[in-house]
Amino acid sequence: MNVDQRYRFVYKPLVFAAGLSPIAWVLLRGFGIMGPDLGADPAKLTLHLLGKTALNFLMLTLMVTPVRQLTGWTHLLRLRRMLGLFAFFYASLHFLSYLWLDQYFDFASIGEDIFKRPYITIGFLAVMMLIPLAVTSTNKMMRRLGRRWQSLHRLVYIIAILGVWHYYWQVKKDVREPLIYAAILAVLLGYRAVKAWQKRQIAAARAPTSKSGSATAPERT
Amino acid sequence: MSTRFTIHGRSMRKAAESTVLPSQITPPEVFFNRRQLLAGAVAAGLIGATHPLRAAEGGPTGAALKYTRNAQYSVGDQPNSWEDITSYNNFYELGTDKSDPKANGGSLKPSPWNVTIDGEAEVKGTFTLEDILKPHALEERVYRLRCVEAWSMVIPWVGFPLGDLIKRFKPTSKAKYVQFTTLLDPKQLPYQRAKILDWPYVEGLRMDEAMHPLTLMVVGVYGRVLPAQNGAPLRLMSPWKYGFKGIKSIVKISFVEKQPRNTWAIATPHEYGFYANVNPEVDHPRWSQATERRIGGSRGFFAPRVKTLPFNGYADQVASLYKGMDLRRYF
Repeated sequence: MNVDQRYRFVYKPLVFAAGLSPIAWVLLRGFGIMGPDLGADPAKLTLHLLGKTALNFLMLTLMVTPVRQLTGWTHLLRLRRMLGLFAFFYASLHFLSYLWLDQYFDFASIGEDIFKRPYITIGFLAVMMLIPLAVTSTNKMMRRLGRRWQSLHRLVYIIAILGVWHYYWQVKKDVREPLIYAAILAVLLGYRAVKAWQKRQIAAARAPTSKSGSATAPERT
Repeated sequence: MSTRFTIHGRSMRKAAESTVLPSQITPPEVFFNRRQLLAGAVAAGLIGATHPLRAAEGGPTGAALKYTRNAQYSVGDQPNSWEDITSYNNFYELGTDKSDPKANGGSLKPSPWNVTIDGEAEVKGTFTLEDILKPHALEERVYRLRCVEAWSMVIPWVGFPLGDLIKRFKPTSKAKYVQFTTLLDPKQLPYQRAKILDWPYVEGLRMDEAMHPLTLMVVGVYGRVLPAQNGAPLRLMSPWKYGFKGIKSIVKISFVEKQPRNTWAIATPHEYGFYANVNPEVDHPRWSQATERRIGGSRGFFAPRVKTLPFNGYADQVASLYKGMDLRRYF
């Protein structure tokens, strides 16, 4: 099999199946099929598990660029859209489980939460910001938006920061796990910041040479 | 050598001065049976195995207690199952996830156990748990439990009024508050090695709250001795307050003049106060306290939230304690 076929018939189906396993686990356990149920508070467990899975997929999506640059596995890019869409899928389910299982569609209470409680405000914003990214994830939209596509999709950095912050803020006291997410995100965003800085350095290094070139030009004449 | 005190005509041995060999420790089953005989078996209590409230799945385990049911102080709500009550716990000394305390509870050794009484009282000292419990007849009370995290349960506790215990130690007029302290021992409570909270856990009640007939010293649940994860062997329960006031695994009770600084109020003073009365009007800074999710029930996933009641439904009994107080300020 060539690379194309391996992605189409092996890697993508594998990632797809792995991506569906958290929701399959919740549904099977939640309805008491196979093994133990979800414990004393299934609604909260579901809410938290879906939220954390969304964060995991966001982190994986953000790992694609550094990993392919560091290892040279450039074709990893082909998995990025699926990972990003899984992040959107689980963030949406997390939001839905908040609306349904946690709040039971009590919209007065939901409205109060979104406007009065900062951790819910930022979580809500993160989910909303994922929508345009999901909508513009098709090849057609990529072509249509051209260079603006990349600018738009840089929103994912803000979304990831909001997501981790949302997690950190809702924990009562033991913030060790949210801090692990924060550390991973810091590395992923830090890598990009360093790359961008290096790029600017190279550009800046080039600029004076061309200037001095033009400055010396008259002397040569 | 042991010193003997006489309190209300009963003798208490000062435990600190006696050496206990492991072979001399009485297993809880025998210990509680002996206690029944000594107490004169007040009434024909119900034994856990035939408990009328028992849910079908994973029934109660552990040594059975002898007690009477106190219907006057019990709510009519359907109690949670033994499984829910003993597998969904906040006991950070045994782990911060709700399932951790059950998994890690094996390291806590509730016997032998000593409790120190100190501060502004006429009778002080360190006593064995047996001596602490000896004069008290146990009763079962089904109380609502409302966690500050906005979930709730209904629990059949077994215990005795804290007020009865306090009277034995004759607090002086300077005793305005009662302060409770949890065991500090990272070998038994391994998460005390992590600096999640300021250990040992400390809680307190105003003297009138402590003397209130609803305030219970708990030694059991569902007719059985308390499992480690529920705060064995001795914990506090004042059902009109958020669950974190119900300090677990108590080793010290101090009578003090000044309001104690309780652990959660030290950790996050703008989120948790000293009083911690259940109040649907006063939100936690990060979430609403207007409603709660009742754990358990047949609807599982889809259990709707229920309205939280002022003082957790005990307003008739306790609201007068706080007359004239601004409950937004003293949250």
